[in-house]
Amino acid sequence: MHQSAPLALTCLLALATALCSAFASAAPPEQQLQVRIGYLSYRPDPGPLLSNIIPEPADAGLQGAELAVVDSNSTGRFLKQAFTLASTHVDSPEALLLAAKAQHDQGLRLFVVNAPAASLRALSAALPDSLLFNAGSPDDSLRSSQCLGNVLHSLPSRAMLADALAQFLVLRKWQRALLVVGQTEDDQAYAAALRRAVKRFGVQLVAEKTWRFDNDQRRSAQADMPLFTQTAEYDVVLVADERGDFGEYLPYQTWYPRPVAGTQGLTPTGWHKTVETFGAAQLQKRFEAQAGRWMNDRDFAAWMAVRSIASAVSKLRQAEPRALQQLLLSDQLPLDGFKGRKLSYRPWNGELRQPIPLVQPRALVSTSPQEGFLHPFNEMDSLGFDKPEVTCGYP
Amino acid sequence: MRRPLCYRPVLFPTLLAGALALATGHASAATAWVSNEKDNSLSLIDLQSLEVTETLPVGQRPRGLLLSHDNKRLYICASDSDRVQVMDVATRKIIKELPSGKDPEQFALHPNDRWLYVSNEDDALVTVIDTETDKVLGQINVGIEPEGMAVSPDGKWAVNTSETTNMLHWIDTSTQTLADSTLVDQRPRFVEFNQDGSRLWASAEIGGTVTILDVATRQVLKTLNFQIKGVHPDKVQPVGIKLSADGQYAFVALGPANHVAVIDAKTYEVLDYLLVGRRVWQLAFTPDQSQLLATNGVSGDVSVIDTKTLKVLKSVKVGRYPWGVVVTP
Repeated sequence: MHQSAPLALTCLLALATALCSAFASAAPPEQQLQVRIGYLSYRPDPGPLLSNIIPEPADAGLQGAELAVVDSNSTGRFLKQAFTLASTHVDSPEALLLAAKAQHDQGLRLFVVNAPAASLRALSAALPDSLLFNAGSPDDSLRSSQCLGNVLHSLPSRAMLADALAQFLVLRKWQRALLVVGQTEDDQAYAAALRRAVKRFGVQLVAEKTWRFDNDQRRSAQADMPLFTQTAEYDVVLVADERGDFGEYLPYQTWYPRPVAGTQGLTPTGWHKTVETFGAAQLQKRFEAQAGRWMNDRDFAAWMAVRSIASAVSKLRQAEPRALQQLLLSDQLPLDGFKGRKLSYRPWNGELRQPIPLVQPRALVSTSPQEGFLHPFNEMDSLGFDKPEVTCGYP
Repeated sequence: MRRPLCYRPVLFPTLLAGALALATGHASAATAWVSNEKDNSLSLIDLQSLEVTETLPVGQRPRGLLLSHDNKRLYICASDSDRVQVMDVATRKIIKELPSGKDPEQFALHPNDRWLYVSNEDDALVTVIDTETDKVLGQINVGIEPEGMAVSPDGKWAVNTSETTNMLHWIDTSTQTLADSTLVDQRPRFVEFNQDGSRLWASAEIGGTVTILDVATRQVLKTLNFQIKGVHPDKVQPVGIKLSADGQYAFVALGPANHVAVIDAKTYEVLDYLLVGRRVWQLAFTPDQSQLLATNGVSGDVSVIDTKTLKVLKSVKVGRYPWGVVVTP
């Protein structure tokens, strides 16, 4: 499998050359449009984790962007458009900014960023004439109160994920929830999104507890969970533990025998191995042949970002950042994301409208928006920040 | 993809009727063959009683189906088995397997009844197989995720759609090479030539449109949009297309919109939307074209549509995720 991918690519390239010469004789020669995309990655160290058995892939995101470049060149070779990716992975926010400026100096104006919100803000300010795709930060403020005018978000916000989950809780009539929150800022942010979602959709929080790992030292985390979750009765335990420190030890260990959902258990996510319908199986296979592992939500966000650029370029036949952004924010370019709906970017905050899969490790449980959650214009806008909720100006 | 209407074989009654009668208990009724993508089987529907009479195990993830011109051989894209299986219609036995290349999804048979054009979804290839010698005649590089296939009635063109590249690829069958590519809307799924081969209809699942092209110039004549009351436009995702032999109607399966669109094939006006099952995929006419069958992937059934009254008559439960459908007389 791994051997055949480069071979197939070589064949494609060979054919593209043959085609170009064939076309050259038929039509007046047209200048090839070179579209160079920068991929900027910085992921801070999550710190020591109690549950560290299955690590996250180090190249999450990058593999998605690389596959999307191959996919996009398949159309590009017929339209005389060539997409290339310049990727950088660094280990500090300062280095990321320097790397971005270096790419900008080389003429790049389109960037896919896989970095925390603070880095994205800095990049957005430093590259005002560029178009950035956020494929790394689920931060809610970037989509509600502190919009970044030159950024489109292909990774779903925490609010979208939490809303997707809350709709499912309502569907299943799990109306009482216990919320368990970790200690990091990210965990607090995820918990805030869950609080917003349960309030929006009418789920009651019976209690909220912070996991401090100050349990009885004679017991393991697993053994401590039953007592830790002994509160007023609930239908579901919601957990906010983004880096996967303790949450994996909650399922099957709760005081009441109830499901666990959130960052562990039943999880809302932008993408997962178990997404297979609407042509997703083909994307999954292509990705696995290239990367040798499963495609995750960051890979999908980066893939979607590059595909958004390429779809807009193939329609406009140019790569000017403002023109691309304008088209992507209009309703003139339905995007294909293998999710069963036409995807598009919300004009009020630049976030990608997309269905959110709810998964457990080996099965797709459901996909939100759930049927019956209506919206005056687009049901997908029942997930995340809708137009009236956004207080910042965009773009 | 052309219908076997004009090929109703002379030999049929003597050779096959006996076997069919034994197998199904109905001597004269036509039979619909439905591939069940997630059951690795075919469901056979007797079109007189509208009941499933047989379920046949086949290769993994069966999708595209087509018949030889004499209706004696059924070709089955067994996608996850990476082969095209050939079933003897009379005995229901797999008589051979063709070297289709990886992940065959849809295919089309050349009017010479020999050359099979197969789209290899995972390899961005179209494979051409001689079904008599079982030899691969050629492989043509096309866009990413090749899907729909059709051969023009005069045999000159084989047209393939690539779902991620968003193009129609025109293959010159005299040289088995790519001659031209046409950009259409997002995720083109299916192509169908009209009876005289002057027009090509192509559906775009994410674009939500059907494009009609002039075959001589390979230029777009018209792009159709669909609006169904009470159905969000995002759910309108055209897939299968069938054109009636009299040139009057085009039928388009609209996927998760759960409707089949009826179009005036001359004026390109959308006449009606017929409610069928969930996520309608592919379509097939009965031999006299009085009925149209539609496979509904998610609800696991086949809708039977009366093409005169334009009413849905019945829904027949089949296996899991029915995908392709063809009809033998």
